[in-house]
Amino acid sequence: MPDVISITVNGASITVPLGTTALAAILSTGASSVRRSVSGAPRGPLCGMGVCFECRATVNHRPHSRTCETLCAPGMDIRTGDHVND
Amino acid sequence: MKLPVYDVLIVGAGIVGAACAAACAAEGLSVGIAEAEIIGGGATAAGMGHLVVMDDSEAQFALTRYSQTLWQRLAPELPPDVEYEGCGTIWVAADADEMRAVTEKKQFYESRGVPAEILDARALHQAEPNLRAGLPGGLLVPQDAVIYAPCAARFLVEQAQSGGAQLHLPRVVTEIAPDGVRLNDGTSIVAQSIVIAAGTWSAKLLPGIEVRKRKGHLVITDRYPGFVRHQLVELGYLKSAHSLTSDSVAFNIQPRKTGQMLLGSSRQFDKESALIDHGILRRMIARAEEFIPGLGGLSAIRTWTGFRAATPDKLPLIGPMPGYENLFLAAGHEGLGITTSLGTARLLVDQLLQRAPGIPAAPYLPGRVYENVHA
Amino acid sequence: MTSRRASFDTLVVGAGPAGIAAACCAAESGARVGVLDNNPRAGGQIWRGHERSDASPDARRWFGKFTAAKIDFLPSTEVIDQLENGRLIVQSIDASSIDEVRELTYKNLILSTGARELFLPFPGWTLPNVMGAGGLQALVKCGLPIGGKKVIVAGSGPLLLAVAAHLREHGADVRLIAEQAPWHRVARFGMSLAFEKTKLAQAFAIRRQLSGVPYKTSCWPLRANGEEKLESVTLRTGDRTWQEPCDYLACGFHLVPNTELPALLRCDLRAGFVRVDQSQRTSIPNIFAAGELTSIGGVDLSILEGQIAGYGASGQSARAAQLAPQKRRLDRFAALLRETFSLRDELRSLADAETVVCRCEDVTVSRIRHHLSWRASKLHTRCGMGPCQGRICGPATEFLLGWKLDSIRPPIFAASLQSLAVAAAARTEEDLMLNEESR
Repeated sequence: MPDVISITVNGASITVPLGTTALAAILSTGASSVRRSVSGAPRGPLCGMGVCFECRATVNHRPHSRTCETLCAPGMDIRTGDHVND
Repeated sequence: MKLPVYDVLIVGAGIVGAACAAACAAEGLSVGIAEAEIIGGGATAAGMGHLVVMDDSEAQFALTRYSQTLWQRLAPELPPDVEYEGCGTIWVAADADEMRAVTEKKQFYESRGVPAEILDARALHQAEPNLRAGLPGGLLVPQDAVIYAPCAARFLVEQAQSGGAQLHLPRVVTEIAPDGVRLNDGTSIVAQSIVIAAGTWSAKLLPGIEVRKRKGHLVITDRYPGFVRHQLVELGYLKSAHSLTSDSVAFNIQPRKTGQMLLGSSRQFDKESALIDHGILRRMIARAEEFIPGLGGLSAIRTWTGFRAATPDKLPLIGPMPGYENLFLAAGHEGLGITTSLGTARLLVDQLLQRAPGIPAAPYLPGRVYENVHA
Repeated sequence: MTSRRASFDTLVVGAGPAGIAAACCAAESGARVGVLDNNPRAGGQIWRGHERSDASPDARRWFGKFTAAKIDFLPSTEVIDQLENGRLIVQSIDASSIDEVRELTYKNLILSTGARELFLPFPGWTLPNVMGAGGLQALVKCGLPIGGKKVIVAGSGPLLLAVAAHLREHGADVRLIAEQAPWHRVARFGMSLAFEKTKLAQAFAIRRQLSGVPYKTSCWPLRANGEEKLESVTLRTGDRTWQEPCDYLACGFHLVPNTELPALLRCDLRAGFVRVDQSQRTSIPNIFAAGELTSIGGVDLSILEGQIAGYGASGQSARAAQLAPQKRRLDRFAALLRETFSLRDELRSLADAETVVCRCEDVTVSRIRHHLSWRASKLHTRCGMGPCQGRICGPATEFLLGWKLDSIRPPIFAASLQSLAVAAAARTEEDLMLNEESR
């Protein structure tokens, strides 16, 4: 069982340790925001436990996924707020 | 203790009461509004806010058409939070029979001055790519629109207030008296005329009238801009609205300005509980998925129910109550309260001022149903 | 094909300390026990990651029992609705089975859904890198690199110290801990710990880990500054205001219970918490509640309540009764927590007119404050209408404006329309299979 897995964030391939959440993977690319608010302001995670919904991104083509609750899996495709239509 | 004397007291600040208040104030009448809880609450808050012309009967068509024209005229004045969106309605045909009905519907509308365009299968798919393949087509009614009704009600109350109307909130009217109303805090409001615009609560104030609760379910999704572009209603919707006894669902989906999808519709009589009925919810979603197969994947953030105020002949009660000197009704609008609020207000004001109404008022008069129910 | 319906004698919702203890105790009776949690691993918030790294002796002991016992653990699973008493609908939030729903039946239910942080709005609080205190800790435990980053920990509660210590252990440069409670209350709280040997040991350990880090009382953030993300925090204590550059602000004002599921199940609430009797039984005879749901009382009380509930739900009432006396002491600790970390009035004026209160819908303070109720504000401004359904802005507006929240509606967490439809159809397992096949 590998200790690292390969995923893509906004089209770029990265490797992350097994057990990393999608959110941590996004943040590890140097991004601090994950989505844009309804009026366009950059937003990052707040609660870390799945209740605030600020960490939503498109995971495996499913929009509005809470990335703090999602464990990375091999081949996972993650797209954050500004990159949904790439 | 007595409060000021008004020409008109409106009981209820849902969209119908709010519209009546605005129309009365605009005519220079002194207006009071008594609202138990929230402006734009009740069915106004629960419903879809669809501004639609309906051809279920001549009378229903006349009132919805009249009202739609009034909404169009008002639209430029509406503030952004009313979210007026002229997205139009597409009545979707599920089979060849319904496609024939589409042609008849178009003729009905166009001969009465309402633009309507038949969409064949290809045009329907272009207009709404997420509808399933194989639908024969539909009818586009471009002048239909969508609003966010609670804020529209607030706008209308503010209009009334800038015309001098006074809002009494929160105040519960417990009794109709000869000279006004009694409130739950023991005080009274004196008024020359009283208008009951209290939706499903109207029968509590006036036990002789028949306004029944007709429960509906709704679901709202997260944001998916462009997933649906028009209000989509299946032609079978009218069958659902017709049934006086059984529970029914019909496909009805609306794109909100936020990009959220608002899904309905269901109808049930004799349900007092506002809790979600899981069986009905399932049927409603399943029905919608038959038209939009991809709908299932959308994230739903809340479900709720509301109670429409339904009358036995499916037309609202607008006008003087027989057996009373000064009591008027503006209630029982079933699923068309948002649309017909403006037309209702105009008819009501015309009757208050005893002048010729904008459209024939007879089909909506309480006198058509009630002779003298004054105890 | 995996079974779409699972039946349990005792079902536990939430696998934090209370839920773990409850499940272990219920399992002693031989009952069929299931536990679900929205995380991929058990532990909840306070024991997050404890099965891997350094764990407290308590955590190690309970995890050992949990693993050894015959308990069905359903990770990455959330309750979305109830069909009727005894039948819950849950959804998977694991990516490989996302949106799949199941029906879980129970004879007895134990709710241990814990608490979340209370977030108060202040200018700049929506900037990226402003997070909860527990929020940042959770992120670090899930892989966020924090080494060398400047962090300010602020807000209220013992959680701030635990978070600061943990972050420091992972290499963060913790600049300051800002506790809004006044010194005399915090000092009295600290002294009360001296009477508890284990708590005292913990306190000294944390103190060692935090040596050199200023801990200021009567201190709170006034604004978070930055353009696209946090750059500095303006803080206040007494009449002194200053600006402190930092990379992260970990800020939470103590805790509020996650009462959405109990409310949906029609359990009585009192002062915002689930009302229970001495056996942890709620107003619904076959539903129990334990942990932060009943009062914010810390991990020891959570474990004890979990044990009592676990024994009670599985018919082992003698064992439950034996534990009851210990509750008195721990309930006193809960009361002390409440008094010590109650929020000061100045925190009501942190937000200005343009501060966002509802983050989901970007509704500012100026738009909501003249409304008479939560419901009126929601209908007219959309505050609380977003995906979080008022979990963040609800407690904030309750503190700022005294509003009581609206009634709860399903789904408790956002669920796909298909999930709602399949769930609602779950009369029998055959129904579920038929629905799948006809799709």
